[in-house]
Amino acid sequence: MAGIEVTALHKRYPDGTVAVEHVDLSIGDGELFVMLGPSGCGKTTTLRAIAGLERQTTGDIRIGDTLVNDLPPAERDIAMVFQFYALYPHLRTRDNLAFPLRAEGLPKAEVRERVDEAARLMRLGPLLDRRPRRLSGGEQQRVALARALVRRPRAFLMDEPLTNLDAELRADMRTEIKHLQGELGTTMVYVTHDQVEAMSLGHRIAILNKGRVEQIGTPLEVYDRPASLFCAAFIGSPPMNLIEVEVADGKLRSQGGLALTPPPGLPRDRCLVAGVRPEALEVTEPGAERSVPARVVSAEWLGDEIIYVVDHGGQRDVRVRMPPTVRFAADAPVGLRHTGGTPAVYDVSTEELVA
Amino acid sequence: MAVSVDEAMSTGPVRDHTPPARRFGGRGRSVLEIALLTVLAVVMLFPVLWMIETSIKENRDVYAIPAKFFDFTVTLDHFKDVFVASSGRSALSASFLNSVVVAGVSTVLATVLGVPAAWAYSRFAVKAKKDQLFFILSTRFMPPVVVVIPIFLMYRQVGLIDTKLGLILIYTAFNVPFTIWMMKGFVDEVPAEYEDAAMLDGYTRLQAFWRFTLPLLLPGIAATAVFALIFSWNEFVFAIFLTSSDDVRTAPPAIAGLIGGTTVDWGLVAAASVVFALPVLVFAYLVRKHLVAGVTLGAVRR
Ligand SMILES: Nc1ncnc2c1ncn2[C@@H]1O[C@H](COP(=O)(O)OP(=O)(O)OP(=O)(O)O)[C@@H](O)[C@H]1O
Ligand SMILES: [Mg+2]
Repeated sequence: MAGIEVTALHKRYPDGTVAVEHVDLSIGDGELFVMLGPSGCGKTTTLRAIAGLERQTTGDIRIGDTLVNDLPPAERDIAMVFQFYALYPHLRTRDNLAFPLRAEGLPKAEVRERVDEAARLMRLGPLLDRRPRRLSGGEQQRVALARALVRRPRAFLMDEPLTNLDAELRADMRTEIKHLQGELGTTMVYVTHDQVEAMSLGHRIAILNKGRVEQIGTPLEVYDRPASLFCAAFIGSPPMNLIEVEVADGKLRSQGGLALTPPPGLPRDRCLVAGVRPEALEVTEPGAERSVPARVVSAEWLGDEIIYVVDHGGQRDVRVRMPPTVRFAADAPVGLRHTGGTPAVYDVSTEELVA
Repeated sequence: MAVSVDEAMSTGPVRDHTPPARRFGGRGRSVLEIALLTVLAVVMLFPVLWMIETSIKENRDVYAIPAKFFDFTVTLDHFKDVFVASSGRSALSASFLNSVVVAGVSTVLATVLGVPAAWAYSRFAVKAKKDQLFFILSTRFMPPVVVVIPIFLMYRQVGLIDTKLGLILIYTAFNVPFTIWMMKGFVDEVPAEYEDAAMLDGYTRLQAFWRFTLPLLLPGIAATAVFALIFSWNEFVFAIFLTSSDDVRTAPPAIAGLIGGTTVDWGLVAAASVVFALPVLVFAYLVRKHLVAGVTLGAVRR
């Protein structure tokens, strides 16, 4: 087992595409580290560089204490699970699992033992004698995971391993992977573009955008204080409301009159935007205490909650998360009240968190 | 959902009217179709049938006027003549053996060279890949006759005229581009992740190709090889220009050589042609599924 250090990684493909601009990652031993970002931001490329399947243009990669820049994938001692599972189609499950072990030249008895252990961990017993074609998507996924862990590698790399599964199975497998990682204590780098997956799995999350790291932090940090407007818009469903504000008599005031507590150390004379989570707002009866006037644009009933979209001071897309018991009709005049703490504040020109 | 239903509703009636064939009444149409197809089949197959008939007729019946379609005596003498002559083995049988050697070796060479090349083009970032592939393909654009004179002159310089090696080399040169193009389609269809996974499992890139990709490519290789084999087997222009002696000649010029004396032994020509056509038919039958895939470009996507 080992941590992974990625320093100033830059990858330019031969056709000129820059897939990774500049990435620094420091992944601890035994950590479940999630790389999250939109399609095309360079997640897979970064992961493949760590695996040694792609040679970085510049930058260093260290696994444990070894600099692995020039090591072929086979000598890096890591296992990878692909989005498309890449089980060998002509081999039965048992042989698919045994393959990496035979490559190492382990004695037969030990191969058997390890395959059985992995099969037990991933509950593959009845599937051992089937070929991949005769396995369901979820089963193939479990076999792929088992094949990764049978070798007891120093780290697991996962490239969107659950994308091809349906929602329910995905939730199950998520739990399973998290549990397994905890049990084995092996470092895991997990790539996804699904923020729910990232939030529920990761010890820490790195948010990537256009080949750069926008933010690294625990799920809570990333949710509470997104480091940039990009992160603010990316994390959370519905995402943070970004409300233009001005500093006036010790308060942050929006055009519609909403007053927020300013964080300390705000710079003067800049265009500012406050990030307010939908659950930090409240729709009230018009004229309720501390509320400002607003109007319901639309409402989405989601069963356990209602997302109100309200028009507040000309901004027509302010989203508010409310319990399903509170009902307001569309177009109804309502009040809007801030109930959360100090909001995160961003500079419009740099798009970065200022306080 | 609603949209798709609407679409289905609106295109439904239109679709019923579009195919022109449907305008004929069911019965009349099928009669006409069958009649046309029959005529076509007769026109296409008659020469083949006639060749087979001629090969088993006695000479007397071959030259009979009016031609005899059914009431002739069956004999296998012509087939015997194809293989044995009074002096022992016939020149024709030697030419068949030459054809087997030349077509076989050139196909193996083209496959051995072309498959790894196709793999490399499919998997690696090669400089100016598209241009290279187009160049490779372009060598197949021109008819072979165009280069026959220059090749003849070059071969005379290096002493490859009238050698089997010469034919093998030129057929290989023609089959390699074809093999690369066709095999690239098949390799593209095998996900690169198999090799990635194998490399992480401790294999080198070559081992990964050899142990995982190659087995999955075998059907494609078989189909491609049959195409190459058929090309080399049937090739006539180079064979007749570049070879002259009996112990080098392949079957196509040898059979053609039977025609042109004062008398033509049509029975022998027909029998030799039947023997010549058989291997190709057998191979084509074995890989018919892939031939169709190859012809419909199913194998060369992208
Ligand atoms: N082999 C390649 N050659 C050229 N460009 C490539 C290659 N592979 C990826 N790219 C480009 O590099 C960029 C990053 O690709 P990458 O696959 O790392 O994205 P990703 O974050 O994994 O996206 P996704 O979520 O869609 O998988 C993309 O713009 C992509 O088009
Ligand atoms: Mg990807």
